[in-house]
Formats: sequence, structure tokens, C-alpha cells
Amino acid sequence: MKPVGRRTVADVALQDQLIGSPAKPRMSVMDRLRLGDAVFHALTRAASIMVLVILGGVMIALVQGALPAFETFGLSFFYEQHWNPVTDKFGALAPIYGTIVTSLIAMVIAVPVGLLIAMFLTELCPLWLRRPIGIAIELLAGIPSIIYGIWGLFVFAPFLQSYVQPALIETFSYVPGLSSLFAGPPYGIGVLTSGLILAIMVLPFIASISRDVFAAVPPVLKEAAYGLGCTTWEVVRNVVLPFTRVGVVGGIMLGLGRALGETMAVTFVIGNAHRISSSILAPGTTISATIANEFTEATGDLYTSSLIALGFILFIITFIVLACARYLLLRLEQRIGA
Amino acid sequence: MATALYASRRRRNRIAQGLTIVATVFGLGWLVLILGDLLWQGFSGLSLEVFTAMTPPPGSNGGLLNPIFGSLVLTVIAVAIGSPLGVLAGTYMAEYGRYDRLTSVVRFINDILLSAPSIVIGLFIYEVMVVPMGHFSGIAGSVALAVLVIPVVVRTTEDMLLLVPNTLREAASALGMPRAVVITRVAYRAARAGMVTGVLLAVARISGETAPLLFTALNNQFWSLNLNAPMASLPTVIFQFALSPYKEWQQLAWTGALIITFTVLALSVVARTLAAPSKIT
Repeated sequence: MKPVGRRTVADVALQDQLIGSPAKPRMSVMDRLRLGDAVFHALTRAASIMVLVILGGVMIALVQGALPAFETFGLSFFYEQHWNPVTDKFGALAPIYGTIVTSLIAMVIAVPVGLLIAMFLTELCPLWLRRPIGIAIELLAGIPSIIYGIWGLFVFAPFLQSYVQPALIETFSYVPGLSSLFAGPPYGIGVLTSGLILAIMVLPFIASISRDVFAAVPPVLKEAAYGLGCTTWEVVRNVVLPFTRVGVVGGIMLGLGRALGETMAVTFVIGNAHRISSSILAPGTTISATIANEFTEATGDLYTSSLIALGFILFIITFIVLACARYLLLRLEQRIGA
Repeated sequence: MATALYASRRRRNRIAQGLTIVATVFGLGWLVLILGDLLWQGFSGLSLEVFTAMTPPPGSNGGLLNPIFGSLVLTVIAVAIGSPLGVLAGTYMAEYGRYDRLTSVVRFINDILLSAPSIVIGLFIYEVMVVPMGHFSGIAGSVALAVLVIPVVVRTTEDMLLLVPNTLREAASALGMPRAVVITRVAYRAARAGMVTGVLLAVARISGETAPLLFTALNNQFWSLNLNAPMASLPTVIFQFALSPYKEWQQLAWTGALIITFTVLALSVVARTLAAPSKIT
């Protein structure tokens, strides 16, 4: 029996169990409740530690799986270009290059457009339109990536092949420096197409985060600027953007993280060619597309291990980008809270 | 001089405002285009057979019954595993450990898991489940999806519990209830709509996921209830059929895409109307 004198739960919670009973069963009921509380506390704590365990588990499993490849190829895995399952020679340069280039194309398009949409939604849009447009953009973000993939393959790529790419090749063929960037036959699928699809996918993320960040600017600051006679553009340029810079960069990095790791949409339209081509119209590959295309068909331990090593590289890259993004967004939150 | 400056400022403002409208139309245009094409291509293949027949061999007609069923099974198991764990973790972060150091670390890591590439999660489950078991299986696919469910549920649970006014908790505690009772009987009830929203958003998220299933649940051309064997799912079947050269398969892929998209959109609309818009990014 525990000492009676310590702080305990009061009678009210126990009423139903206590009708007409003396102190002894009452204490046992209280002990039971206390035990229940301790168990629940431990359970919830264990569940939240599990989140950390998952991340650690991902790291360990990937390192373990990738070890044979890293041991065999060493550092050359990162800068060798050939990817040959027949001779068991693997180098990750082409997929890494493809991942970075497609994400870059996506960001070049999605960042300005996303910021402009956010500006429209916070500064110009009539109030009654804000919610519908906001919902539409979130719906665009919710469409599964495989839908972008199938749409890109059957609708978007043929469109690019017959209209956009010939025009690009024609236009840039006499521009020195840019001609090799837009060289070769119009395949439809390729690095540029993947970049464009990624841009469409990342756009809603950047737009909705930037909108939230813009909306957090204290109205007093904007009103002061408007009061001085600033135009809408000047308010955004000189008040809103400087105030929210950290958060906007965070939102952009979050979008970049998505673009780097995006799998299905890219797999459909990139063409899965393990080479680095100077033309962005040519087929290429990305880390995630390589894994998705080849993993189940990979024969031999070294092949599988090389693919897992690719996954490990992807995870590290996105981890760093996402960690930076969260850190920046956190900083903005603290500043607004302060 | 002053009027020239004034005019140029005004002109610049006009251009910027015009560009924002162009950008918004450009952004929303894709939604219209994609949904339009999806309806156009998918609707023509929609028939009762899609829901009653199995996936066909190349070159013949059939349906999507086994992948639809497989997707349902995988999703239900994933949610059954993932959402209790997510709710518990979110509970710790909002209730017991609100001011803990552990909580801020978990929140940071959870936010990263929330947007981590899903294909990496697939590789992880491949390493820890498929390799030791020696074969692909439906249960491995479910666990992979559950790992994707957890961060979404953790995030919404924590957010929603933080919105519950402290006066409610204080009132319950003043009546003598222990913490566990306060949380399960008072806080959960106040935050219920929001927490259900979180689970629905998680379902929406995983029902279109393909990458983590490719090398966990794999695919299955036949009807299979065995969780210990490869299992078909809509996204993987779409992936396989869309990239095939057969017209019938491609048509089924479009129809499957239509089914998935409208399931996901319906789920997110229900989730949004159920609770105040939560910030899931």
C-alpha cells in the first residue's frame, strides 16, 4: 500500500467506482489510474522516439545495402559515368547529373511563377476568389505523381515533340553556345520534358508556402509603405520580400527537395539513358528513375548494391536540402513570433 | 521629371500585376489540362467490366478488379499500422512532452520524413523486410506505405492537439483526472475532426504512391489474398500498363489513373471540409 499522504487524483474522477466503498479500494483505483497514465506516457514517448528510429533505420539500411558498391568502386562511384550491368561496372555520375539538371530546370520555371502566384493571392486577388484559387492549387499539389507521369508520356511529350522542340532547335541553331544545348532530334521525352513536368509538380508547393509566408507579414508594415505612396509592386519588392526572405528561401528549398526525389513522373518521360548529353532535349536519367526502372530487374549483388548506393546518395542530398528548408522556415516562424 | 518618374513607376507596377495574373492562369491551366485529359482518356474506358474483371493478358480486354482490391487492402493495413503510431507520437509531442527537447528534435526529423523521397522508403523496406523474408510480399508493401502515413498523422495530430484550449485540460485536471484520461477523453474529443482529417490526408497521400511499392509488394497479374505473396496495386499496374505497347493495357492505365485521381481528390476535399484547413506542406 502506498502512503496516503501524497498528492493524488481527487474523488470526482473516481465517483462511479467508489460508491459506498472505504479508503482501501479507493487507493487501488487510484493506483490503477496512475499506472494507466504511466503506461500511456511511456507508449506515446516510445512512439515519438520511433520516428527517430525510422530515420536512423533508413540510414543504416541504405549504408549497409550500399556498402559492397562503395567498397568495390570507392570514390570513383561518384565521378564515373559508365553504367554497365554486363561488365559489372557502375558509376553514378549520369544519374546525379540528370537529377540536378532536371531539378534546376524545374526551379528556374517554378520559382518565379510560384512567387508571382503568391503575390497575386496575397496582394491583388479579390477576397472571394482567394479561397477557390487556393484550393485549386492545393488540389494540383495533391494529384499523385504517377498521374503526371502518364499525362506527360501520352499528352505532354508528344505535344513538345511536334510543336515546341522543333521550334527550339530551329531558333537556337545559330546562337553560339546555346545551339548544343538544344541540339539533336526532338524525341519528345528527355531531360527538358522531365524538368517541365517537375516544374508543374513543384509549382503548387512553392506557391502555397510563399502565400502562407507572405500572409504572415504584419499588415502595419505594408500599410506604412502604401501610406508613403508605394505601388503594389514596390510594396512586394521592398517590404514583403525582404521581410519574408528566409521563409521564401525555405519554401523554395522544400520544393527543391520534392523535385530531387520525385520518381514516377520523371521515370515515365526521361528515357532512361545512362549518358550525359550536352543537349537538354536528349534522353537522360535521374537517380530515382534509375532505381525505379532497374531495381526489380537487377541481377547480381553488385548491381543491386549500386542501385541502393544511388538511393543513399539521393537520401543524403534531399536530407540536407530539406533540413536547410525546415531550419529557414523555423527561423522565420520565430521571428514573426517574437 | 517627376511625372516621368511617376509614369515609369506606374508602368512597372502594371507590368508586375499583369505578370501575376498570367502566372496564376498559367499555374491553374495545368490543373484544367491534366484533369481534362484524364477525363477524356479515362472515361471512354470506364465500364462495369473495369470493376469486375481481372487484369487481362496482353492484347485482350479485362478490368482492374485485382489491383483495385490490392490497393484497398494495402492502404487499409498501412493506415491500421501507421495511424495509431502517428497519433501516439503526436500525442506525446503536444501533451506530455510539449516543452521537451525530444519533441523539437522529433518535429524536425518528422518534417524531413514528411517530404523524403518515397522511393528511398521503398529501398529501406526492401532491405529490412524483403531481403530477410526472401521474397516480395503484400505485407512489406503495407509497411512501406505505413512509414509514409506516420509523418502525416504525427504532424496533424500535434497541430490539432495544440489547438485545443488549455482551459479544457485544466478544467479536466481540476476534476482530478489523470493526464491519460484528460488526453483520451477531453483533448482527443476536442481535436477529433482534425485528427480524422490527418488520417484522410495520409490515405490520399499513399493511395497514389507507386515508388515504394515497386520493390516491396511488386505486382501480381492474378487474384491474390495472400499477404505473404506479391500483391497487385493500382499504381504499379498503371506503371506497367502505360509503358506497354498494347492499346488495351494503355486504355486500362488511363482508366486506373482516372479512378486514383478522383479518389484522391475526393478524399482531400472531404478532409478539407471536415476541418479547418490545416497546414500540411
